[in-house]
Order: sequence, then C-alpha cells, then structure tokens
Amino acid sequence: MKITKVKTEEKSNARGVAWYLRDRWEAIANNRLMLPILLMVGFVLSFAIPQFNLVNPYVQIIIMYIGINIILTTSLNIVNGYMGEFSIGHAGFMAVGAYVSSLLTLYVFPRSLVFLFFPLGIIAGGVVAALVSLIVAIPSFKTRGDYLAIITLAFLFIVKSVLENISAIGGPRGIVGIDKLTTMPWVFFFTVLSLWVIRNFIHSNYGRGVLSIREDEVASRLMSVNTRQVKFLAFAVSSFFAGVAGALFAHLLQFISPRVFDVLKSTDILIMVYLGGIGSIAGSILGATIYTVLLEVLRPLGMFRMVLMPLLLVFLMLYRPRGIMGLRELRWFVPIQDLKFVKRWRRKKVSTDGNSAS
Amino acid sequence: MRKTLVISLVAMLTIMSMVLVGCKSSAGLTIPIGVNAELTGDIPAVGASCKNAALMAVKEINDAGGLDIGGKKYTINLIIEDDGGKADQSVSVTQKLISQDSVVAVIGPNASRYALPAAAIAESSKVLMISPWSTNAQLTIDPKTRQPMKYVFRACFTDSFQGQVVAKFAMNTLGAKKAAVLYDVASDYNKGIADVFKATFESLGGQVVGFETYTTGDKDFSGQLTKIKQSNPNVIFLPNYYNEVPLQIQQAHRLGITVPFLGSDSWGSQELIKLGGKEVEGDYFSTHYAPDIATPVAKKFVAAYTTAYGSVPDDVAALTYDSFGLLFEALKTAGKVDRQAVRDAMAGIAHYEGVTGNLQFKEGSGDPIKSAVILQIKNGKFVYFATANP
Amino acid sequence: MYIIQQLINVLQLGSVYALIALGYTMVYGIIRLINFAHGDLFMVGAFISFIVATYLKLPFIPTLLISMTAVAMLGVNIERLAYRPLRQAPRMSAVITALGVGLFLENLILVFYPYPQSVPILLPTIVWNLGGISISFLQVLIIGLSLFLMLILDLIVRHTMVGMAMRAISSNKTIVPLMGVSVDKIISITFALGTGLAAVAGVMYSQAFPVIDPYIGILIGWQAFICAVVGGIGNIRGAMLGGFILAAVQIMVVAFLPSTYRDFVTFTLLLVILSFRPYGILGKPSMEKV
Repeated sequence: MKITKVKTEEKSNARGVAWYLRDRWEAIANNRLMLPILLMVGFVLSFAIPQFNLVNPYVQIIIMYIGINIILTTSLNIVNGYMGEFSIGHAGFMAVGAYVSSLLTLYVFPRSLVFLFFPLGIIAGGVVAALVSLIVAIPSFKTRGDYLAIITLAFLFIVKSVLENISAIGGPRGIVGIDKLTTMPWVFFFTVLSLWVIRNFIHSNYGRGVLSIREDEVASRLMSVNTRQVKFLAFAVSSFFAGVAGALFAHLLQFISPRVFDVLKSTDILIMVYLGGIGSIAGSILGATIYTVLLEVLRPLGMFRMVLMPLLLVFLMLYRPRGIMGLRELRWFVPIQDLKFVKRWRRKKVSTDGNSAS
Repeated sequence: MRKTLVISLVAMLTIMSMVLVGCKSSAGLTIPIGVNAELTGDIPAVGASCKNAALMAVKEINDAGGLDIGGKKYTINLIIEDDGGKADQSVSVTQKLISQDSVVAVIGPNASRYALPAAAIAESSKVLMISPWSTNAQLTIDPKTRQPMKYVFRACFTDSFQGQVVAKFAMNTLGAKKAAVLYDVASDYNKGIADVFKATFESLGGQVVGFETYTTGDKDFSGQLTKIKQSNPNVIFLPNYYNEVPLQIQQAHRLGITVPFLGSDSWGSQELIKLGGKEVEGDYFSTHYAPDIATPVAKKFVAAYTTAYGSVPDDVAALTYDSFGLLFEALKTAGKVDRQAVRDAMAGIAHYEGVTGNLQFKEGSGDPIKSAVILQIKNGKFVYFATANP
Repeated sequence: MYIIQQLINVLQLGSVYALIALGYTMVYGIIRLINFAHGDLFMVGAFISFIVATYLKLPFIPTLLISMTAVAMLGVNIERLAYRPLRQAPRMSAVITALGVGLFLENLILVFYPYPQSVPILLPTIVWNLGGISISFLQVLIIGLSLFLMLILDLIVRHTMVGMAMRAISSNKTIVPLMGVSVDKIISITFALGTGLAAVAGVMYSQAFPVIDPYIGILIGWQAFICAVVGGIGNIRGAMLGGFILAAVQIMVVAFLPSTYRDFVTFTLLLVILSFRPYGILGKPSMEKV
C-alpha cells in the first residue's frame, strides 16, 4: 500500500510543548493509514465488547444507538446539507425500512436461518425505502425550499397514516416480537458501509452535482449538470440508508409502531445534522454522537434535561450557525487529489496576494 | 471567548451530572429499585402520577425504618428515570436501570407502547418488571413462544377483560341495542378496547352503528360526532383518555346528543370531573377501584396522597402504589435481595389487598386475577355502581 | 342539515387555523423564516389566559388583551435574541433555532404543568337551535373575531405606512434601509402582530376546547404551516384561504368517509394541490436571479 504523506507547512521551530503536540497531531492527521487502522480496531472492538462485556449492556445499547444515528444523520446530510434542501420526511423512510425488514424476518425468511438472512432483510428495507423516495423526488423537480419541506412533511404523515390503517401489519399496535438480530458488529459494519458509500458519493461527479444544486440550481443546469438525475440519486441514496438504519433500529428495539416514526423523530435527526454541521461527514458523526450521549448524560437533571437541550441547541446555532463542523471536512475523508488541489490553490492564492500586496 | 464559554458550560454540566450520578447516600443496607416513567413526552401526566406515588410509597417504608427482609432492615434507594415518551429511550432506560444501577426490579413504564419494548429487555435480562398501568394483553406474552413471560407482571387487568365488561354492562344493565364508539386510532390502548367491545357487543346480539376514529392530539370531534348522531345509538362508548373525553362529551352535548356515555379505566382520574364538570354527570366507566366503598387501605392511601400532593390520586398513582406494595411483599417473602428470588415470590402472591382491590397471581401468568368495578359520575363524584368479576 | 352542521364546524376550525396561519405567513413574508415556535406561542397564549383567568379571575376581554400583549412581547424578544443574529446566516440555521425555541417553550411549561389543565369558561354558553342545527355563541364569536382581525390586518398591510414598509421589506430587503426605514423596527412590529394573532387564536381555542396541555401547539403549528403554504406563503389572503380549505378537507373527509382515512386523504390532496400550483393557490413564483 502506498503511504501518501501530504507535506505540511513547516511549523516554526517547535516552541514549547504546545507546538510539539500540534506537530505530532499534524503527523497523525496527515497519515492516511490512520483511518484503516482505526477501522480495524473498531471492528475488533465491536466483536470483543459484547463477547466479553467490556462495558455494561446499557453502554452497549447506547453505542448501537450512536451507530444507527450516525447512519441517519449522514444520510439526511446528503439532502439537507450537501444539496441544501429541507427534508423533514426522513423518519418516513426509516419507517419503511423498519417495517419491510421486520416483515421479512418474521414471515418470509426461514426461521432457523434468520440470522443469515438478516443482512438481506436490511438491504431489502433500504431498497424499498429508496424506491419510495421517488414519491418525494419527483415533486422536488418543480418545487424548492419551503414547499419541498411541506411535501416531505405530507409524505411523513401519509406513511404514518397508511401504516396505521393496515391491520395486517399491526395497525397502530405495531409489530411485536421482532428478533433481536442487531448486534454491535452489524451496526459497526453498516455504519462504516454507509459512511464509505456516502463519502464516495459526495466526492464523485454526482456529488459535485449535488453541491452545485445547492449553490445555484439554474446555473448548474446551464453547466450541463443533469439535475433530475442527480436529485433522484441523492434522494435514493439518502433514503436507502435511512431504510437501513430503520431496519437495524427495528431489530434492536424488537417492537415498532407507526407512532415511533413521527415528526419528532424527524426533528431529532434534523437537530443532529445541524448540530454536527451541514455538509460534513465528520460533522454528522460528531452531531449524532454528541446528541445521543448528551441526552443520556444529562439524565440526572430530570425534567430540566429537555429544557436545557433545546436551549443549548439555540446557543449553538447563534454562535455557529452552520453547526460545529459546518461545511468543513475531516482530512481523512477527503480524497487525496482534493487535498492536494486545495493545497496548491491556497499556495497560489498566497503568492498572488503577496504579489498584489507588493 | 464565546466558544470557550459554551464549551465550558457543556463541560460543567457533564461533570455535574456525572457527580450527581456517582453521589449516592449509602448508609446501611440499601435496595435499588428502578422506576421507568414517562415524565416528558406525550403523556407527562401519567409519568407525574407514577413518580408521585412511587416517591410516596418508598418514603413510607423508609420513614418506618426500612423494609424488613430476612431479619435485616433495608432502605429503599429509588431511581426514577424518564423515558421521554420514546420507545428507544424506554429500552435504554430499562437497560440502564438493570445493568448500570443494578436494580432488583423495575416498575413501569405505564403506557403499553413503552412497556412492550421494555418488557423484552426485562425478560432477556431476567429481571422482574411490573407495569402498573399497561393493559395490552400482549405485554405478558412472549411473542416468539406464545407462552407467558416469566419476568413481566402487571398490576392492572387487561384490555380484553375490560372491553367485555363494558359491553356486557351496556347490553345487560343499560339495555342498549345499538352502540357507537369513538376512539383514537393511533393508540393501541383505545383501539384494543374498542375492538373487544365491538366483538363482545355484537356477539351478545347488539349492533355497533358507529365506529368512528380520530388521531391523538385532535381536539375537534364535531365531524365524527355529527356522523354518530345520525346513526342514532342508544349509548356511546369513549375508551379514551381523561383529557380528551370531556371535550368529546361537551361537543356531543352541543350537537344535541343526549344518550349516556360509557368509558374505560382511562377515565379514572379526578381530572376528568375537574375538566368535564356537569357535562360528564351521569356517565359510567369501568375501572380498578371505587373511592367511596374504599377499603381502609385505599382510604389511607387517598388521604396520604392528597395531603402530600394536593390532588386526589388517579388510577396510575393507585396502581403504581400497588405495584410497589406487591414488590415489597415479594421481597419480604423472598427473604433475600435476589432478582430470581423476588421474581419467584412475586409469581406466587396468593392474596394481596391493594388500593385497587384484591390481587392474586398464579404461577404461569403475569396478569393478576382481579375484579373491575363500574363507577358512575354522580353529583360530581365517582360513585360505585357495580362489580364485574372475572 | 347534516352538511350545514358540518359547514359550521368547518368555519369554526378554519377560523382558528387561519388566525395561526396568518402569523406564520406574515413572518415568512418578511424575513423568509418558517417560525416553528409559532405553534408553541399559540400554546403559551392559551396558558397565559388560563393563568390569568384562574388566578386573577378576570373576565374575557382583559384576559384576551393581557394574553395578546404578553405573547406579543415574548415574540418580539424571541426575534431580537434568537432570530436577529441569524439574519445573515443560512436560512436553515434560523429554522433550527426556531425549532429549539419551540421545544424549549414546550418543555418549560411542561415542568410546571405536566397535568392537562381546564380553562375557566369566560364566555356565556348559549346554544341556538335553528331547525336541527346547533350553533353556539362561542362558534359565532370565533368566526366573527377571526374575520374581524383578518380584516384589520389586511387594512394595516394595505393602507398604513407600516404596512407599506412591511410589503417593501418582503419584496426587496436591501433597498428599504436606504429609504430611511428601520428594518429592525418593522420586523419587530410584524412579529408583535403575528404572535399577537396567535395568542388570540390560543385564547379562543382554549375557550372552545377547554382542556389544554403543553403539546397543543405542535400539531396545530404544523397544520397552520400547511395552511399557509397551500394558500401561498407570504400571502395574507392565501393564509386565510388555506385555513378554511384545510379545515374543510379534514371535516368533510370525516363526514363522508371512514374517519381513519382523514390524515391520508388530507395530505394526498395537499400534494395534489401543490403539484398543480407549486407556489400555493394564491402564491406567486419568486424571481430567481441567475
């Protein structure tokens, strides 16, 4: 494997501990091998933790929730962050994925081999969610902004209403007795998979199309970006992973009902996206983690927990309107060519600035 | 500067909460008992009642010196957690109480939609769980094996029993031939009882002429009620919560509907009378206990609760208090603070005189054998009307 | 007969929706912000009227006025503290802030009032029976008061200097300060008006449905938002129209179809309307400069 080291600018001769630490951090951050190493460590841990109960089951559940939330947040970030739309219907796609996969594992797959078919069920849930997203993608061609928000909201209510009215799948009672097939390795695997796919999608041509739609849709159409295709894909990828997250969620909770996937759930995911930072994968990870952990950690505050959380959110928005990592990305996630390009561009900018200044 | 302010604020809160978590007064022997209540979310009133009753029950025991188990006195360490009205939090809260706080048993959640996922955790972790108020029949049945669960119990009767009670009452006592129902389609409690009522009423030869629905949170029922009025029923069944029923009856009266209304145990709060006033006069509902023929146990409880919290306890409070009573009884019988022993003792409680009546458990089912009472609202009070035995 | 009775129900529900939708649309028209805290301000209005009526035992009109003033002040302060600093930020940040403010209000009231509260009835409960149709005094008052307020609002927007300034800001915000108009002041006035209307809706609602809890704002807030969008967001007459349309759809569906289909039909119809008129019924497509 070729180890590519992107040269850092020279820090002035390490003055004191702070500079030294910064140097070390730069070295680690620039080492592209870090990410695969972390992934392997994570993979091993995801098996070890449940096996040897390295942390108690409560913390294990929280870790799994974090994983699921990361998938949800990153997938919503494609539509809300990178594409600049306002979708409130994410919980609806999650619901589709949850229901489809639960019905498959309960009624379709052979009972004894259910744990083998589990990933198939998850993927199926994601695929159906992606297909359903067409319902939202098509109106998005004509409308933008706040009108699209209404359409996604309407979609959410329709999904909820449909699920409530079909008694065959439980109606308002929901589905009970789903197998507990979600384990930490599965959550880890699908989290990494979704991050990898989404990261590649964003840094591909389609991803550039998505970004251009956010900046200026008409201009991008003039620049021969096929906005329809790009929007389709963006919604499809986003809802696919929402469906995947829904499937994992259902098999962890062992019980789902239409009520679980309501506007409040969508709002939660929305908050996580904006908390961590729009248009940033590292931001999504950060937002999901902070939100989930903070909710648990603030429990001793009792009822004031839910008074404090929105207040913190408001303060955060006031001081960092784009979220903690708004529009910025962690170096490990950005492809090398992009990093090099930015480096070159910055150097060029500095030199031209220097020229014009002198 | 501002950034550091925000960061330091968050850090301070985190540290504060961690300190609070670690801080537990442990002088002498203590038993941790967990409560999973819906303090925020869509049914905060239920959570508040549950919390109040729990605090009262534990305070009574602790003030008397503690619970006597196997010759030693134990103080109860009550840990109340909020599940925020979300199923996933209900799961994590139950797991937290079991794994992190090492409770000997979990009381709650109250609403079936939060109790069902929590029950799965309790059963797989082999920890006793008592739901005070969840009436969904599926709660105590293992969905995989269709057998009763071993560790999940409840203090109340089930929907299927209640639905039958009300249907029989309507047919036999009120002599109704045609009935109409208005219920919340998005809530399994309401829908469950409505369905059982319909089935029972029709099997007794009656006719359900109106079966209308609304969604949780709706306040305007004029459309559905107008439609019901058209169908001319003898009686209208409203298996809905006490904050919705006064509105429904009020609107019905405004539309000129004069037939009597029937309800289920979700009516069982004094709030109903407070909110409904004269509108609810004369109507009937089924519930767990009657305040006026109350046993000494119940009278004592009502008096203590009213003194402590300034309002008459509702059925959630009474059932929570009974859940704790059952748990204390089981602990005493078990003779030791052990999860399995407590569970076995609970399953064998042959006779417990609670606030909500006499409860009896048989090995093999987490559902108590208890009677229901029919109450009528007369002169602004709940008055006993009849008993329905299983 | 049946239809006329249902129509009266529509008028009542529609008036309440319209009052709240007006607030949404006014704020949106002027600063392009979907104020998700609006529904919760409606709830605060209801609670303030509850507190005033229960503890100060005042009659209807003072209660209404106190509630309106208090919520208007609250609205103006929220705008000043939470929305004004974000005027230059991406729009979504302000929306998230609005969500946060709304959640904060709900949970704050929840801490004090977890139990639903009954609001003292301050209006005479007279019901008239005209040939099988019942109309109550309260319904007439709601419909009448709402129409009256909408008329006044329309007058303000079309025939006063303040209204002209509001319209100017919503069409071109950058030019307006150059004309010597204080944008901040006009926005504050808009907020005061919009939230005051929400408070009136809250008071009327709590008289019509006298059991209130901290969550009544959420559902109504979303529904009013839909009304505003269907009518054409930013358009005052559109908001009124949207309010009545949504109420009509909701009640008529229940009247003639199994009531379980209500939400499904309502939202499908909404999607259909938006697919034919993507900017709302009375809305105008905004010019996008390329």
